[in-house]
Amino acid sequence: MQFDPMKPIWAQVAAALQTDMVTGRLAPGQKMPSGRDLAVRFTINPNTAARVYQELVSQGLCETRRGLGTYVTEDEARLSGLREALAREAAARYLAEAARLGLTRADAVAMIEKEEN
Amino acid sequence: MLESKNITMRFGQKTAVDGVTTTLIPGHVYALLGPNGSGKTTWMKLATGLLKPASGEILWNGAPVGIESRREIAYMSTEPYFYTWMTVQDVGKYYDDFFEDFDPARYADLLSRMELTPELKTRNLSSGMMAKLKIAVTLARRAKVYLLDEPFNGIDLIARDEIARTIIETAGKEAILVLSSHLIEELEALADHAIFFREGKLILDCDLEEMRSDSGESMAERYRALYARKEVI
Repeated sequence: MQFDPMKPIWAQVAAALQTDMVTGRLAPGQKMPSGRDLAVRFTINPNTAARVYQELVSQGLCETRRGLGTYVTEDEARLSGLREALAREAAARYLAEAARLGLTRADAVAMIEKEEN
Repeated sequence: MLESKNITMRFGQKTAVDGVTTTLIPGHVYALLGPNGSGKTTWMKLATGLLKPASGEILWNGAPVGIESRREIAYMSTEPYFYTWMTVQDVGKYYDDFFEDFDPARYADLLSRMELTPELKTRNLSSGMMAKLKIAVTLARRAKVYLLDEPFNGIDLIARDEIARTIIETAGKEAILVLSSHLIEELEALADHAIFFREGKLILDCDLEEMRSDSGESMAERYRALYARKEVI
């Protein structure tokens, strides 16, 4: 994974894992790799990897089971909340780009309808 | 912890390291940065105990570094230092004789990951292969401190990824890693702290993720800001 070195790396890895949770690449209740394995997989500092899990746990998206490791939450409401939040971020990015191009909000919405895919 | 207390080192008229004070803590990976001649290599040699400072001291867990601390502090220099008659296998045996913490099984694993054949003579190694051999033999030690001077120099992209992974595996709660590099981008995600040297002085010691959160700066950008030559108008 290519990182933007100007943004915290833990946040970029957490975002990648959040996307995997929404798309189902990481299933509810699935065991996550250990912090060390996460660090190796993303080629990041082990402390950064630990921070990723701290954040995902504090967001209620992961839970730590003592002595067993970190698991994806089985709380469907949390996961659908995450999907909604990520979709809204994507919409906001699109609207910001449309505004930059001089489109009104109504034009921007109409543009979505025109786009067939 | 590895404490550098106001150490100064001179070579003739030149002050190579000038009053450097810093404390390195186990569980962290430090990027040691600065232009050529800023004192990084000299500081590493002082921390290994290969050079004696003119003043100040370097302490490893409270005791001055020297022969004893070399059991726990692994140092990889930029220049290769193997006898040319040695094979890659011999280099491992040589290390095994010198260092109690050398792990031959790990060495064998690292050699295969770096695609180095044990039977190869060191005199026949390309510069890239030699660079990989230095890394493999150094990281095969189960040391407490690893000081790696330019670990990515002369190494192709694929092998660099392998080395980065090996470095991450080696980092742990108990180890201190110090990596110097001109390839700053390689260290952005690997290190959690950066130490910047200029003209022998330590000018900045910072937490990288904090820097990214607080000022939206990468390590490379901070490097440019610190060392960019001032335009004369």
